[in-house]
Amino acid sequence: MEDIIKLQDIAVSFDGEPVLEGLNLNIKDGEFVTLLGPSGCGKTTTLRIIGGFVTPDRGDVFFHGRRINDIPPHKRALNTVFQRYALFPHLNVYENVAFGMRVQKKKKAEIDETVHRMLSLVNLKGFEKRAVSTLSGGQQQRVAIARALANNPGVLLLDEPLSALDLKLRKDMQVELKNIQKSLGITFVYVTHDQEEALSMSDTVVVMDGGRIQQIGSPQDIYNEPQNAFVADFIGESNILDGVMHEDYLVEFFGRKFKCLDSGFAPMEPVDVVIRPEDIDIVAPEKGNLVGTVTEVTFKGVHFETIVDFKGFKWLIQTTDYYAPDSVIGIVLNPEDIHIMKKSEYSGMFGDYSSYSEEFEELADPNAGLSEETAEEDDR
Amino acid sequence: MKWLSRVYNGIIFLFLYLPIVVLVIFSFNDSKNRARWDGFTLDWYKDLFQNELILESLKVTLTVAVLAALVATVIGTAAAVGIHGMNQRLKRTFLFVNNIPMVSPEIVSGVALMLMFVFIYRATGLLRPGFATLLIAHITFCIPYVVLQVMPKLRQMNRHMYEAALDLGCSPVSAFVRVVMPEIMPGVVTGALMAFTISLDDFVISYFNSGSTAQTLSVTIYSMTKKPITPEINALSTLMFGAVLLLLLLVNLGQIRDGAQKAKSARR
Repeated sequence: MEDIIKLQDIAVSFDGEPVLEGLNLNIKDGEFVTLLGPSGCGKTTTLRIIGGFVTPDRGDVFFHGRRINDIPPHKRALNTVFQRYALFPHLNVYENVAFGMRVQKKKKAEIDETVHRMLSLVNLKGFEKRAVSTLSGGQQQRVAIARALANNPGVLLLDEPLSALDLKLRKDMQVELKNIQKSLGITFVYVTHDQEEALSMSDTVVVMDGGRIQQIGSPQDIYNEPQNAFVADFIGESNILDGVMHEDYLVEFFGRKFKCLDSGFAPMEPVDVVIRPEDIDIVAPEKGNLVGTVTEVTFKGVHFETIVDFKGFKWLIQTTDYYAPDSVIGIVLNPEDIHIMKKSEYSGMFGDYSSYSEEFEELADPNAGLSEETAEEDDR
Repeated sequence: MKWLSRVYNGIIFLFLYLPIVVLVIFSFNDSKNRARWDGFTLDWYKDLFQNELILESLKVTLTVAVLAALVATVIGTAAAVGIHGMNQRLKRTFLFVNNIPMVSPEIVSGVALMLMFVFIYRATGLLRPGFATLLIAHITFCIPYVVLQVMPKLRQMNRHMYEAALDLGCSPVSAFVRVVMPEIMPGVVTGALMAFTISLDDFVISYFNSGSTAQTLSVTIYSMTKKPITPEINALSTLMFGAVLLLLLLVNLGQIRDGAQKAKSARR
């Protein structure tokens, strides 16, 4: 497949603050690509560079192999679904969707046909004459999508389009968006801070932090083979431990050697070891590879989140069985449960659940309880 | 206690409006005497509309007010859009500079403008004090009010809306006309009405900048008071008061309706 968008060595800074540093990204035609990262990671700026709303200080933007750095937004064959919709309140639903075609002076019959096709695509048939201010958030979101798609763009850019919707609606819209993308076959570039959203919708996930791409890969790759501690921690829950790679397929941590599936490290290279909380099997203490003490248990519905202390390092284990606090348990780690990463600048920052609590969970998500200001800052 | 506050309110309104009430009543008095009611008449209004000097000034006043309001609205709106696009520090600086003329004494603005016009006239022979200087002076002091009315509308606007228009293929100019203008229109209209009212209302600045060829009503009335006053002035003042009152009502009604709409859409 051809690369429809190519970003080469992009750097941007706002007021002397670097926002993107040497970003390279290729997006294939027809792909659903998600830029995923925390607030201020540069994901929205990347999207705005593609849309033409931000001019990079350095680097080139290519669209179908043509350099488009100097082409203004209104001449780019891309359309954007903006955060909080940005519908035109003085126009009704029909006119909002027709806006782009009216600007291009399309024929009336064509406009009429396209508007109706778009509105039925987003399940808003019969809403033509409604004022946008009378619509619910979800309906406004659909109008915004229809409005952007009505221009028949080569690429649709979506900037946290679902962040203002409630959870249930968000899930429904995720499925719908994915279906729209599949049926139209056009490239979607989707920005979100919600890892679950990214994993469930994307063909390719681009994990970003600190103005740099941390990892590019399929959702499975990103989850199963994180490249560093940041990705491992940001996508799902992870226990991240210090280890030493003795030889290919053999790693040591907590004073014990474990078989693993990773290779290609230098002998005795220090590494980060990732163990996903749902991969850990709890057994009787005498049968375990490691023995620890349960310190805290939280019921989550599907499973229990059990914090277990192993020699002062606390792990998170997700288990369907209940183990009371203070009970001593053993765990078994199979080679496929262990993932080895090279040391990075993020080593030691994540993956210890010593201070884990419900409250922390919320604090760690900068967009939980999305307030106007934080969102504003994010989309710079 | 309740009656006390009512009485207090009454006294305040009495002080505020008694002079105007007296003025209005005596504009219908069938006598030149200012202390005795001699019966109802519309003669003073008739005289008023036969007084060449007053009619000429009325024409000047209205022409200046309409032109000043129009020009100030265009310049003020453009200025507001420009200031809105600035970063925080520049924005604050410009708004501060914008507010100074509104709070500085009118006499200072009036004299300053006059001295500038005289200077320009002496140096270049252009802008002889008269209609042109009067108009320029009025435009100058109207602009800040327009800026102040348009700024909040820009601030309320979803900042992605302009970008959305660009995104859908509008050139920057057409995006402004198609999307930004309709959004800020209420502010622009209020700004224009306020500019018109303030221009109509002005005396001090007009007094210094009208020269001898183009006098506004207020300047004419002032010069009339130097001679024995006829109740014509009462009639004229009554009409002016009525006109300004009507305009202010329009402005306020507009704002109330706007506020109601906001509240309505906020509830959704």
